[in-house]
Amino acid sequence: MIVLGIETSCDETAVAVVEDGRRIRSNVVASQVQLHRRFGGVVPELASRKHVERLLPVLDESLEQAGLPLTRVEGIAVSHGPGLVGALTVGVAAAKGLALSLPRPLIGINHLEGHIYAAFLSEPEIEFPVLALIVSGAHTDLVAMSAHGSYDVLGRTRDDAAGEAFDKIARAMGLPYPGGPELDELGRQGDPTKVALPLPMPDGSLDFSFSGLKTAALLALRKANHPSDGQWAVDLAASVQHVVAKVLVNKTMAAAERARPRTVILVGGVAANSVLRARMEQACAGKGYRLVIPPPALCTDNAAMVAAAGDYRFGRGLRDDLALSAYSDLPLGRRTERLPA
Amino acid sequence: MSEPALRASRMGTPPSTYAIRTATSEQTESLGRRLGHLLRSGDVIALSGDLGAGKTVLTRGIAQGAGAAGYFASPTFTLVREYSGPVSIAHVDLYRLDAPRQIEDIGFDEILERDGVVVIEWAEKIRSMLPSAYLWVEIRFTDRENEREIAFIPQGSRYIAITEALVKADAHPRH
Repeated sequence: MIVLGIETSCDETAVAVVEDGRRIRSNVVASQVQLHRRFGGVVPELASRKHVERLLPVLDESLEQAGLPLTRVEGIAVSHGPGLVGALTVGVAAAKGLALSLPRPLIGINHLEGHIYAAFLSEPEIEFPVLALIVSGAHTDLVAMSAHGSYDVLGRTRDDAAGEAFDKIARAMGLPYPGGPELDELGRQGDPTKVALPLPMPDGSLDFSFSGLKTAALLALRKANHPSDGQWAVDLAASVQHVVAKVLVNKTMAAAERARPRTVILVGGVAANSVLRARMEQACAGKGYRLVIPPPALCTDNAAMVAAAGDYRFGRGLRDDLALSAYSDLPLGRRTERLPA
Repeated sequence: MSEPALRASRMGTPPSTYAIRTATSEQTESLGRRLGHLLRSGDVIALSGDLGAGKTVLTRGIAQGAGAAGYFASPTFTLVREYSGPVSIAHVDLYRLDAPRQIEDIGFDEILERDGVVVIEWAEKIRSMLPSAYLWVEIRFTDRENEREIAFIPQGSRYIAITEALVKADAHPRH
């Protein structure tokens, strides 16, 4: 089945064509260079209303790269939450328009579900049960899957996402955006024990909290006698990543005790972090879990992951009608842990 | 947990401006809950303060106090989060925005027109776009590591009344 995926949940306008849930025919994201050419300039990084301007050129580019006309598309999949409602609505409206006019079946995909299916896109032979850690600028979620389409959210952040903490600390250190890759690069030669930082939420909960760590790092930065000291900044970068990776891996392993997975999936933009990858690889190898980390282009927001998730849903006979709406806080499956009061 | 002992003090001018010190993030959240109790649809709370000051913590308290349900988290990347309850709450975070044009692009004017309470983090970025009446809240670090000074600067009679009720509630903490 040839599925067209549309993703507009936050900054990126993305359209992809995926065949049979695994073969990527095209995967176009509006921040990509080739598209700037089409617009005759740099696409503004932000601004949800820009999705309206970008979506049709991105759709054209995606079909062109896939080498097929719109009429060959057999189903339309679209992210309809969580995210910024105004941004999501653009993608949902476009998807409904295409579904109605072609006409083709329509399916709404949870953005987090999309992130998880990036792993199925890169490694089709994944064995259940699956435990997924989705970690990005907007999300830090631990999700157990017993089968396709079955989601159990075991833990998530109560304040900042891990990538958000990276970005905010990096910005305070004067590093460019996005801060995660910058911290990764800077911290390589650092001593991760040099700057003492609190381990966020070391209790038994599988939820995360990175706001306190962010504040502690900022206070350390403020108190540092030589903030311009190169080695101190390198050590701070290493220390922050050490603590974030440690809590992400520890909680993933604690969740694994409960979920008993065969496969652990690490997705989202922060999956590219070298410290996190190394620690997760070591931890999973020690416990005998197979670890799947998709390539970076599939970890950050993209529409191929949405199309792949759509293919699996279509395959199970699922469809949405034209009443499909966008939701800023669309839940993924049910939640086993009680929300904090 | 018992209510924290907070000190409210009248600041200089303008009248009805109060500063409350909190010793921990739990106390900041608790203060937010008491403020949330006092809010109704149409109220606008504008928060200002450095990274790590506790704006999101205070907002979590406000949302709880107003009876909001659902998953609470930082809206930095999504820019806006909405919580439903007896009054709905739009939680706006302008941290990532640099230009007023971008604020128009996220539909800020439409958010202000909707029913419910609006809480805005990094409100200093859009001071000129705020309605004529709102509660301005500034959170500052003090010399003590976890202590914060939270100043309430009401604009308009509705917010003077809220501030005075908050300070009164503060003097007679509920259990």
